[in-house]
Amino acid sequence: MQSETIKTDQYRVRDEPFYQSTGDEIEIFEAAYRNALPVLLKGPTGCGKTRFMEYMAWRLNRPLITVSCHDDLTASDLVGRYLVKGGETTWIDGPLTQAVRSGGICYLDEIVEARKDTMVVIHPLADNRRVLPIEKLGSLVQAGPEFCLAISYNPGYQSVLKDLKQSTRQRFIALEFDYPSPQLESAIVARESGVDQETANRLVQFAAMTRNLKGSGLEEGASTRLLVHAAKLIATGVNPVSACRDAIAQALTDDREMLVAVEELSSSLF
Amino acid sequence: MDDTRSLEARLDVILQVEFSFRNTSEAAASIATLAARDQAYVIDWVERVASTNVELGFQYACRAVRALGIMEPNQVDSWALYAMDCYDREGLQSALKVMRGLDDFVRESRERAIGSVLDEQKGVLLGFLQGLSGRKLKIETSDQAYTDTETLFLPRMLARLSNPTDNFLLYKAMIAGLWAQTRYGTFRIRLDEQVLGESEPEAFLELFNALETLRLEACLERELPGLTRQLNRLKGELGEARLSGEWTGIQKELSDTGITARDTLTLTRRLFGSMEPYPPFAYQGMLRPDRVAECMAARAEREKARFRVALKLLSETLDETRDGNADRDRRFSKREHEAPEQPEDRITEILLDGKPMPLPEEMNELMSSIIMDFGEIPDEYLEPAGPGEYDPALFNDEHEDPESVWSGVYHEEGAHLYPEWDYRRQNYRKNWCAVREKTVVPVHDDFCEKTLEKYQGLVKHLRKTFEAMRDEARLLKRQTQGDDVDLDALVEALADSRDGREMSDRLFTRMHRTERNIAVLFMVDMSGSTKGWINDAERESLVLLCEALETLGDRYAIYGFSSITRKRCELYPIKGFEEPYDDEIRARVSGIRPQDYTRMGFAIRHLTRLLNEVDARTRILITLSDGKPDDYDSYRGDYGIEDTRRALIEARREGIHPYCITIDEEARDYLPHLYGPAAFTLVSEVRELPVKVSDIYRRLTT
Ligand SMILES: Nc1ncnc2c1ncn2[C@@H]1O[C@H](COP(=O)(O)OP(=O)(O)OP(=O)(O)O)[C@@H](O)[C@H]1O
Ligand SMILES: [Mg+2]
Repeated sequence: MQSETIKTDQYRVRDEPFYQSTGDEIEIFEAAYRNALPVLLKGPTGCGKTRFMEYMAWRLNRPLITVSCHDDLTASDLVGRYLVKGGETTWIDGPLTQAVRSGGICYLDEIVEARKDTMVVIHPLADNRRVLPIEKLGSLVQAGPEFCLAISYNPGYQSVLKDLKQSTRQRFIALEFDYPSPQLESAIVARESGVDQETANRLVQFAAMTRNLKGSGLEEGASTRLLVHAAKLIATGVNPVSACRDAIAQALTDDREMLVAVEELSSSLF
Repeated sequence: MDDTRSLEARLDVILQVEFSFRNTSEAAASIATLAARDQAYVIDWVERVASTNVELGFQYACRAVRALGIMEPNQVDSWALYAMDCYDREGLQSALKVMRGLDDFVRESRERAIGSVLDEQKGVLLGFLQGLSGRKLKIETSDQAYTDTETLFLPRMLARLSNPTDNFLLYKAMIAGLWAQTRYGTFRIRLDEQVLGESEPEAFLELFNALETLRLEACLERELPGLTRQLNRLKGELGEARLSGEWTGIQKELSDTGITARDTLTLTRRLFGSMEPYPPFAYQGMLRPDRVAECMAARAEREKARFRVALKLLSETLDETRDGNADRDRRFSKREHEAPEQPEDRITEILLDGKPMPLPEEMNELMSSIIMDFGEIPDEYLEPAGPGEYDPALFNDEHEDPESVWSGVYHEEGAHLYPEWDYRRQNYRKNWCAVREKTVVPVHDDFCEKTLEKYQGLVKHLRKTFEAMRDEARLLKRQTQGDDVDLDALVEALADSRDGREMSDRLFTRMHRTERNIAVLFMVDMSGSTKGWINDAERESLVLLCEALETLGDRYAIYGFSSITRKRCELYPIKGFEEPYDDEIRARVSGIRPQDYTRMGFAIRHLTRLLNEVDARTRILITLSDGKPDDYDSYRGDYGIEDTRRALIEARREGIHPYCITIDEEARDYLPHLYGPAAFTLVSEVRELPVKVSDIYRRLTT
């Protein structure tokens, strides 16, 4: 057991991450945590969900174990598996089990991407039983009061295959995230990248333009993350129009016409 | 001389001189002066043009030599093609005008070489415009540049500057200028009413426009400084950079933040009579208060209705979710605050019983459109609509019922337009086919049951074979990583290690899923010739196919197609990709009835587009047909075949695998040309079709 505590220790967030609160999400998360309720973060990509989790982990002083889910992720990847070492089989805890045992926060990013069988494992953890069944060991691990399960989900992808089932979503306290208001967003961009306020404002204005194009040429508008990327390029001396093209436009689309249109927008701004 | 005579004879045949009064001797004589290779080139084009219209061909023959003298050959080609396009679009007279107006064409093509053409730039310009914010504006072609507040009207081509890049930039500036009128409230004053009392309304408007343009330039400079830089450069090129002394003072006055269109109006009143407007900038649009008033009046009514109905729906959903307070009176109100960065923007929040209320996306758009017109949400908008207060037609976008389109005069509203390949012309006819989706009248009967019963044995067999093809989870043994220990491997490895041999690290088992990830679309011939047993066989095939595909789990869709002339190209959705196979779908399969003719190009093009929207690794388009492409308006023989072939080439280029199953005995003559040697199957017995189709699909996808 000792080895495990050492391991999860590296997941502790030591320095306060910069997180710009946009509403009452911090209080609600804390309230959910005190009541041992799991949390679902909804929202488009790059709007600060991961950053929020880092911040909350720091604030609550718990280790944060993040798993990015992908379509090959199985229940064993979360729970654990046997390995063979020096002629012996040993059981190795997966990240979820580690989080449960050490009373950490387990954040499953983009949960809908994972294979269906992973849901089976998190369901009993996400209701008032709060247990993790480990089938291969034939045991149940009871989660302590400090453990917290959080998952994220982007309702923007309107695919029938990638929808969260009611039986899953109805177990969670749902926090909705969206791009911050222009003032907050430009504060974030300036702070994260070091560009001046004026440049940050222009970038946020540019983001609004791409968000206007959502559904008429672009699948998604620019996220806060992309703005920060562009701003960092600008801060190191890249010309703003090029930065918008390479950090934002190219990330949003491959369509030639759209790329030109978006570049015309950025060249109008800077 | 001999040359001239044989050329004349050749032209006489192509241009059907026997049946007309055309005299080809002059044309022949002129063509005879060309080198042999050029002669052949001209004759070839005369033939191509004449295939569209004989008179047009004749006119071409008469001018081709002169055209070659004054243009590059590829421009001569585009001249002929442009005339044919005009013929397709507007008929013979307009095409003849192009032919006769050779000199205009030459001038225009010179301009084109340096100019920017709206049609070619529309995609980019529209993206630019819609990114700018506010109401979703459209772009259309017109002689004058102006906006009615919903559409920007722009000239077809701009060639004021010396190169395409700058002329494109001029379009961009024009768009920004017109957009600025909608964005910064030019139309919040009723210009149509304001000019009524003026003795010279035109002159008054011109002055107002000159002043307002300066005000808007100042707004643009604050919001889009980059654009202002580009605009100033253009003005420099065009000699518009400097305004006269008295104007610069006025410009300053209009540049302050907080100046509105109303201030411009006051200033116009003050200066009118004593000051002439400066010559309009090249990018500057016109003002058309009549068109604006019309458009705004219609919109105001519509948006008020929509907004109030939306509030009503909003409070109804609240009633449902928050029990108890159902019949409490809800009060909507608004709160406005300044956005510190952009003084033009005031942020409006909608409050419910004093608390801010998040609005759905569509409502936000609606709100910003209303604020563009009025500068605020007028108070009377905040009263939710009463029951039945509005006629739904007001706030529903009118979707034309495809049937009703045909009952009246023909128009292309609501149809998808697709090009068609004209092999004689060696070019596309643009926007040639009007394609619509129509509904199959479902027939709820026992057709499906009967079919399943009739092919009982086959169905069982199909289920079994298709089951075996499914995305299976296979257990992979002896893996280096995995979910479980592979005991056999472990025992061996331990034995090995005891014997002093190296121990393998392949000791795990892992579940591996082979994903099919296929989307298939069946395009079913619903032409009149399928009437009777072919139609029955098709429907039976579909029932069995659905049975098989349901077992398999591949995504599939079924569309019927039929046509009668290019203006009535019809697709009948029977099953969409996302629709579950249920009684409704079964009733539609049963309801498939023979319609008219077999135009194939449009169907392939439209279904290619649909298939492309599906996210799948492999996309297949399977045609089920009973014969050659064939339609009422000369879509037959080589024409139909070549267009179909072209459409299939386009589909392949998009990464789609086309395949054809046919019962046409003659298909061997043309199908290899269309689909390639290995991408079709000929089923010689109609009654075998149901048995074969699923089997063919299985072979195709394993
Ligand atoms: N509220 C915020 N406070 C501070 N930084 C933020 C905030 N929102 C976004 N950011 C910035 O945007 C970047 C991306 O945010 P983050 O990685 O949290 O996105 P996410 O919502 O987790 O996206 P995804 O769904 O793609 O994982 C952060 O690295 C940070 O720079
Ligand atoms: Mg994240």
